[in-house]
Amino acid sequence: MPKVFLEKENKTVETKELIVSNILKSLKINPTTVIITRNNELILENTVLSKEDKISLIPIISGG
Amino acid sequence: MTCKFCLEKPVIQLPNSEKKLCKSCFIKYFERKVIKTINKYKLIEKNDHIVVAVSGGKDSLSLLYLLNKYCQKRNNKIKLSALQINEGIKGYRDSSIEDAKKFCKSQRIKLHIASYEKETGKTLDKVKKKYKDTIACSMCGILRRYLLNKYSRKMKATKLATGHNLDDEAQSIIMNQFRHNIALSARLGPITGVKKDPRFIPRIKPFYFLTEKEVATYAYLHNLIFKFNECPYCEDSNRFFIRDMLNDAEAKYPGTKHSIVASFIEILPLLKKKYKNQEINSCKLCKEPTSSDICSACKVKEKIKS
Repeated sequence: MPKVFLEKENKTVETKELIVSNILKSLKINPTTVIITRNNELILENTVLSKEDKISLIPIISGG
Repeated sequence: MTCKFCLEKPVIQLPNSEKKLCKSCFIKYFERKVIKTINKYKLIEKNDHIVVAVSGGKDSLSLLYLLNKYCQKRNNKIKLSALQINEGIKGYRDSSIEDAKKFCKSQRIKLHIASYEKETGKTLDKVKKKYKDTIACSMCGILRRYLLNKYSRKMKATKLATGHNLDDEAQSIIMNQFRHNIALSARLGPITGVKKDPRFIPRIKPFYFLTEKEVATYAYLHNLIFKFNECPYCEDSNRFFIRDMLNDAEAKYPGTKHSIVASFIEILPLLKKKYKNQEINSCKLCKEPTSSDICSACKVKEKIKS
């Protein structure tokens, strides 16, 4: 199962979903609030993952 | 799946569009859009001294990086400096000050730091500890704007550049609507201010037409996103309520934020005209410009004095 690293929570979760947009939906994360990377490369929401993939969700926040 | 303009792998699907762009095409698109905004609204002119307000976050560092590149291409006829405000928030601002220092050193940009403690005698941490019910964001915003104007004027800036993006502007527009504060909206736009006054340094927003996600993508591609770091007081903010509301609307109805800003830009000249005769006084306590007798920053200072 793909692994998802949630940078804000600093934790990794496993998911049954293989399409990034479905992962975001299942985690109730608004796609406008994060950028998504795999192996330090940006990927799109319609990317289909393999079961061994690990992705990171990096929250977009203003500097304040 | 390839880039709209070449055969490379895309890194972003542009908001409110089907276009997918690779790293190199996206950077070109992003920088062209910034230059178009600068030219269209005359944000930067020859011999300007631009002071960039830096928080150490992705928006301001991306802006500083891009404007440095912009100035170098113009044979440095435009002077560039950076100004950071230290609110005194332990575990938050201290790390972003280090990030900003390192970045400015690598780019050879002079960084100035002004602090709440020097100005008011107290850090924001101390204020929050003593006045638990104080809404940190509103107080912080008043002091930050005050110090940015005061210190950029001291630095002889002709413009103060901020990393505000389309998301930030949409939030400000809606916040002012919710509070029936249209006079404040008249001061928004790619270049702020209703009328010229030497005491006010005009603020420019070169990222005005770029979304937060586009800026974050640009920052990521230039290694300008550091460790996740959120202000510990941010849950107090009305702005974050509006931000979440607009993000939900955007996910459901793509293009919402663009529409808010585009509609606003259409009526902005009328708002500026309506409020152009608003008087600008000098604060009786600090002599800084204000619309009333005592400026908001002095009111805050009085409140936290004891």
